[in-house]
Amino acid sequence: MNILLEIKESIIIAVTAILGNKMRSILATLGIVIGITAVTLMQTAIEGINQAFEKSIASIGADVLYVQKFEWFGKEDWAFYRNRKDITMNQFEFLKKFSQTSASISPSVGSMRTLKYGDLSLENVFTLASTDEYQKTLGVNVDDGRFFNARESEGGYPVCLIGYDVKKAFFENVNPIGKTIKIGSYSFRVIGVLEKQGSMLGLFSLDNRVILPIQRFFTLFGTKRSLSINVKAADINKLDETKEEVISIMRKARKVPLGAKDDFGINQQEAFKSTYESLTSLIKIIGSLITSLSLIVGSVGIANIMFVSVKERTKEIGIRKAIGARRRTILLQFLIESIVICLLGGIIGIMIAFPISLIINAFVLPTSMPLWIVGLSLFISILFGLMSGYFPAYNAAKLDPVDSLRYE
Amino acid sequence: MGNLIEIRNLVKVYEMGAEELFALDGIDLDIKKNEYIAIMGPSGSGKSTLMNIIGCLDTPTSGDYILNDKNVSEMDDDELAGIRNKEIGFVFQTFNLLPRIDALHNVELPLIYSGLHYQDRVQKAEEALVNVGLGDRLKHKPNELSGGQRQRVAVARALVNNPSIILADEPTGNLDSKTGEEIMALFSDLSSNGNTIILVTHEEDIAKHAQRTVKLRDGRIESDYSKVKL
Repeated sequence: MNILLEIKESIIIAVTAILGNKMRSILATLGIVIGITAVTLMQTAIEGINQAFEKSIASIGADVLYVQKFEWFGKEDWAFYRNRKDITMNQFEFLKKFSQTSASISPSVGSMRTLKYGDLSLENVFTLASTDEYQKTLGVNVDDGRFFNARESEGGYPVCLIGYDVKKAFFENVNPIGKTIKIGSYSFRVIGVLEKQGSMLGLFSLDNRVILPIQRFFTLFGTKRSLSINVKAADINKLDETKEEVISIMRKARKVPLGAKDDFGINQQEAFKSTYESLTSLIKIIGSLITSLSLIVGSVGIANIMFVSVKERTKEIGIRKAIGARRRTILLQFLIESIVICLLGGIIGIMIAFPISLIINAFVLPTSMPLWIVGLSLFISILFGLMSGYFPAYNAAKLDPVDSLRYE
Repeated sequence: MGNLIEIRNLVKVYEMGAEELFALDGIDLDIKKNEYIAIMGPSGSGKSTLMNIIGCLDTPTSGDYILNDKNVSEMDDDELAGIRNKEIGFVFQTFNLLPRIDALHNVELPLIYSGLHYQDRVQKAEEALVNVGLGDRLKHKPNELSGGQRQRVAVARALVNNPSIILADEPTGNLDSKTGEEIMALFSDLSSNGNTIILVTHEEDIAKHAQRTVKLRDGRIESDYSKVKL
């Protein structure tokens, strides 16, 4: 007998049986509904956070190496890194002179300052200072106006670019270009507005900043600071090669003895990613365990109902066998019934999870429900339908026709 | 003309704890095509066991059962299901219709299991129901039909796949005597139309409709009597 025809008939039988026992079917699906809702929400939350993370770390740049005293997610004490020799402008010049595999190199230094414009004031603004090459190194986009040029950079001109948050606070309805703001107690002319970047994982804003020439920064705020040297690789596919080169030049610049460990860190986006992945994979494992627990409870419920259903329909199975149903046909009939129940539960679960994910997205965490999550949830429903239906269906299939015909 | 059914030294033993119960103790029986035969006997005589084996619902402990030149006693479960589907039409005492589906769909079931497509199925099932006089009851569910009508649906279901044998187990046992006579008249019609009918009963009144009566006692054939010399 044709397998497709058999499946089609089994679906009709299953739907008839489910409709014939509405209340019981609803109760049976409840566990699966809850399970699939949980699984789907879990996935949408993880997916949403992943996407937000990818967006956030894009600003770090995948092809940029940061030479710094500190190592991101380093294992040593803070003091250990702090006591290292500062990274200086001389080392930057040395690296710039000898590096051949980099596209651009820029030094940067930053601190928190209070900004003022007229009567308005903004505290704790990240004040970043660098050279004109910073724009190329980090791929900074300027919305309005321009970045400072080499002459302004080397001459230490009192010019600055402001982030979106600063613009909003000071220049809501005014063109900020050409206006003078105060960083600390020093005046700067605004020459550009940075493109809006959003926040880092929703923790702090990347737009609450100003950028000014590093020479000016040194003059006003002092030179006794350790720099970050930002190196953009010429070829992202040869990032490791650039890294090797930077390490060897920096060791020379800092006169690290042969055999001694590097006394500086080479940081890159990768560090964020691996830390993030080790963190989220743990969340994923724990989340999957918890959510699959609810699915297992649900599927035990379905198996229970299916056992009852098989018992109740012993006579029907006998009749079907008497008129020619094979074992496989009976097996398929009950398997499909169980799958249909679970699939129904899965669809309801997704329909519940979708609005909840929108609410969570609006108020708590970023979430995202791409089609593959819907597909995955439906697949899991079918899988659990198969699992919880198999033993009851197998029992039904191997019933003896004589005994089951006699069953009342 | 060969025999439709050849049964040789058929034995069925049930294990009851340490004891062995011989439900069938060496049965030899030949049934020709177009015979109308009644199998009789008191309860415990083995007639139900014999009917189950002839109907391929059960398998013998030993001996041969040859149906249409095929040795059924050597078949596995799924092959037996195929034989039940194509060669045997059951009519039961309790009708054994599926309660949730209508008459037409009940009659369609054997055709579903033989893999016929929807249109052929409906057409054949309708024909079968019209032939038993239920052309106006196609969409009725079993609980909307009288006992006699339900048994007619069962007969239509038994006939729909053109089986070699119609196997009726106390077909009038749940009917009043008037309706019972109507069903027996239907069987007589079927017999004169060339069907082979095996009737299992313990009532002499019912058995007298058959041309041949086989009586069982204690798992053996006690007598085998034909009205007409075949």
